[in-house]
Amino acid sequence: MHHPSFRISSSPIDIDAVRQTINDEDCGAYVQFEGWIRNKNEGRGVNRLAYEVYEPLALKEGQKIIEEAASRYGLTRAVCIHRAGLLELGDCAVIVGVTTPHRDEAFKGCRYIIDEVKKRLPIWKKEHYADGDQEWVNCQDIGRTTTSS
Amino acid sequence: MIRVRVRWFAAYRELAGTESESIETHATTPAELFEEMKGRHESLGGRSSALVAIDDQMSDWSAQLRDGNEVLFFPPVSGG
Repeated sequence: MHHPSFRISSSPIDIDAVRQTINDEDCGAYVQFEGWIRNKNEGRGVNRLAYEVYEPLALKEGQKIIEEAASRYGLTRAVCIHRAGLLELGDCAVIVGVTTPHRDEAFKGCRYIIDEVKKRLPIWKKEHYADGDQEWVNCQDIGRTTTSS
Repeated sequence: MIRVRVRWFAAYRELAGTESESIETHATTPAELFEEMKGRHESLGGRSSALVAIDDQMSDWSAQLRDGNEVLFFPPVSGG
């Protein structure tokens, strides 16, 4: 894979275009994962959310993840696009698409990419709740508090 | 003593109350630097699950800091 196949997008992802981009006649399998904005998290109603992305490093690390997946699972093509900015319920936040000759490697490669993207990329989501409150996800324990909540 | 630039992201930026600052420090690693920064920003707490980068390369908490480095503190990530 010699072309950059990880991107950050501040506008809605064109899902059909992703499929077209990696269509390949050498491949018998295409696996696509889409992550969507859900209306609740840990029991709280969510209205929308905002993604902050540190793009210089997200691009570098995202491309590295795709190259790791390609060499590990022999992917023919792979692409991943992650959204930045404000997203509404039902919007596609991230898409991963991979093609391989056979399905087993396609499932594994797709899974590897989305799992590593979630663990390693400098991307943060701030949820906007139905009750008007806002919170950075997974960041409850990084501040110093004198009272427990 | 070295001079480094510290950059804060997302929840850390809100806790530190600034995006970036230039610091003279005796810290030799990002871990030591983070501890020192807790003394400057009283809202700043833990770094469990947090990530660190130096000069736009992912790094680790025990890496060697050098004069002129830019140290990026990333709170726990939540992409996807």
